[in-house]
Amino acid sequence: MEPTISFFSGFQLSDLWYLAEAAWRTLLISACAIAIGTTLGAVFGWMLYEGKLAATLTLNPILDVFRSVPLIIQLVLFYNFAPIIGLNLDPFMSGVVILSIYCASLVANVARGGMEAVGKPMRRAARSLGMSYWQDLRHVVLPIGGRAVFPSWVGVALGVMKDSALVSVLGYIELLKASQILVTRTQEPLLILTIAGAFYFALSYPISRYAAALEQRWST
Amino acid sequence: MIEIRGLEKFFGNLQVLKGVDLDVRKGEVLSIIGASGSGKSTLLYCINGLEPIQKGSIKVDGTDVHAKSTNINHLRQKMGMVFQQWNSFPHLTALENVALAPKIVKGMSKAQARDIAAKQLEHVGLGDKLDAYPSALSGGQQQRLAIARALAMEPTYMLFDEATSALDPELVGEVLDAMRLLAQEGMTMICVTHEMGFARDVSDRVAFVHEGIIEEIDTPTEIFGAPKSDLLKKFLSNIR
Amino acid sequence: MFDYNFHWRPVLKNIPDLLEAAAVTLQVAVISMVIGILIGLVLALTRMHLSGPARWIASTWVEVARNTPALFQLFFFGFGLGAMGVHLSPYVIVVSALSFNCAGYLAENFRGGFQAIPTTQFRAARSLGMTVWQSYTRIIIPQVFRIVYHPITNQMVWAVLMSSLGMLVGFRELSGETQALASRTYRIFEYFAVTAVIYYAVVKIILAGSRLLAMRLFRY
Repeated sequence: MEPTISFFSGFQLSDLWYLAEAAWRTLLISACAIAIGTTLGAVFGWMLYEGKLAATLTLNPILDVFRSVPLIIQLVLFYNFAPIIGLNLDPFMSGVVILSIYCASLVANVARGGMEAVGKPMRRAARSLGMSYWQDLRHVVLPIGGRAVFPSWVGVALGVMKDSALVSVLGYIELLKASQILVTRTQEPLLILTIAGAFYFALSYPISRYAAALEQRWST
Repeated sequence: MIEIRGLEKFFGNLQVLKGVDLDVRKGEVLSIIGASGSGKSTLLYCINGLEPIQKGSIKVDGTDVHAKSTNINHLRQKMGMVFQQWNSFPHLTALENVALAPKIVKGMSKAQARDIAAKQLEHVGLGDKLDAYPSALSGGQQQRLAIARALAMEPTYMLFDEATSALDPELVGEVLDAMRLLAQEGMTMICVTHEMGFARDVSDRVAFVHEGIIEEIDTPTEIFGAPKSDLLKKFLSNIR
Repeated sequence: MFDYNFHWRPVLKNIPDLLEAAAVTLQVAVISMVIGILIGLVLALTRMHLSGPARWIASTWVEVARNTPALFQLFFFGFGLGAMGVHLSPYVIVVSALSFNCAGYLAENFRGGFQAIPTTQFRAARSLGMTVWQSYTRIIIPQVFRIVYHPITNQMVWAVLMSSLGMLVGFRELSGETQALASRTYRIFEYFAVTAVIYYAVVKIILAGSRLLAMRLFRY
């Protein structure tokens, strides 16, 4: 997958296309991981909230491992572990699996916080109106708790997007890896790094500002 | 002696003090009364140099508070200030709260500062709370702590900014008692207050401030017994 | 399914080397945190009290640190500065990038901490004759410190985890050392598994230490 050494070492227009493709791969792997991770994380969060002691003793320590070991180590470990148990995963799939679990471990805490933010009286009120447990979850806990932790979730999602750069250690050519390859060839690190950095920034900055603004508005 | 001449103070375009003249002699207790927003608290802040002024002058024992050449930190040691929100320092014990400024501002030794702090806490009736953190004290105790903290600097003047306004009613008395005691001991005091009973019983003079000027200033007997201006009459009838 | 033969002995034999590398990891994280705290404090105060170019620089620092991948920042201090003729050793590259990142994140925490202290505390301190400097160092900052103590602890954990990126710029901290040893023996999984355990232990020790210290520090 490494491009062969080009006769033209300067930065060309086609390189921009190469970066764009890589940026797309960054978005793709991030989106997959965030979608799966959020879903899993919400379920884990619910288990932590409802399961109380049992979940705190079992699920929480497992999730904690994913928060306490560097992502890059997790990626290398899993990529080398998968073949041992007979799975042949490409870098993309390995990356999605680990990033999703990593994302889920962070979302679980956020989701639990959201459920705790919905007070007991409000939930009793909902149940007293004859709502079932699931109706209460769907119509009361989700909108109220979800709103309370939405800004935190945005922070987690953006973090996963930025951390997706680490999947490059498995050889997945996302934006930062592509930049590194181009830098080696063109010897123009400043230009290329600036383009890559600007891409992440342009994605992350407006969204985080938006989330901060929402938080401010909702807190008053 | 505190001498105020032609004092004017603006917050942006809003004029809160519109030419205040006032003398406070040593040993005098002056109460300042008036409606909320009349500028009474601002006047205190200006005297202590916590707010800049736009016109006029304030002199404390002959030193211009707002002159560039004045060492304001030095001058402030002469003026203890007690706030409406008691502002105890939450990370320090009662004793440390009081001992800190003598130590770092006056340069006293640790032992000296502790002695004076313990003495002042005893003075306001907190002798048994030396090692308590403010979070363990009631509002009234915290306000007395604030008085002790200001007294530990051995000031010539004490400025009280609505010292009892933020307190629960049942805690007002203990703070007023501490203030009465100070007055009896001859401390020079300027008290912005809503406690008319205190103003009447303790003050030598009472100033009524309305919309940034001193509308009327006289002995408590005159102010409460025979008010002259209509504004003061109306103010007094409203609070009764 | 398990026709892979685990070989733990070579790894266990090298554990002293790994622990030594873990000490390097910890050292790098601590140094970066100290620098990050000092710069973060300056950035927060600059953003709160100054205007013009100083404020602009501080804001840009904070936003770039928070909105681009840590790996990008590491690359920038590596071959980005290299292109400008500034060649740093891997050690300095990692410390610079981590300090840059920590300062940005901590600056936001500090700003929140300062804003949580009522302005009347400052007034009370000044009314006692304290100078601006005394009011800050004796009254404001000790209170802010308590508020940001937990965020600082979290950031310390992040610094340890982030330092693992050092292996991508040839730095021999725990991850880099692991990779070097692993590539010599082809026992990649075993090596990284042990390293994961070490990271986990380091993180737990930091958290436990922080909790103990908090009990001593914050009596009120």
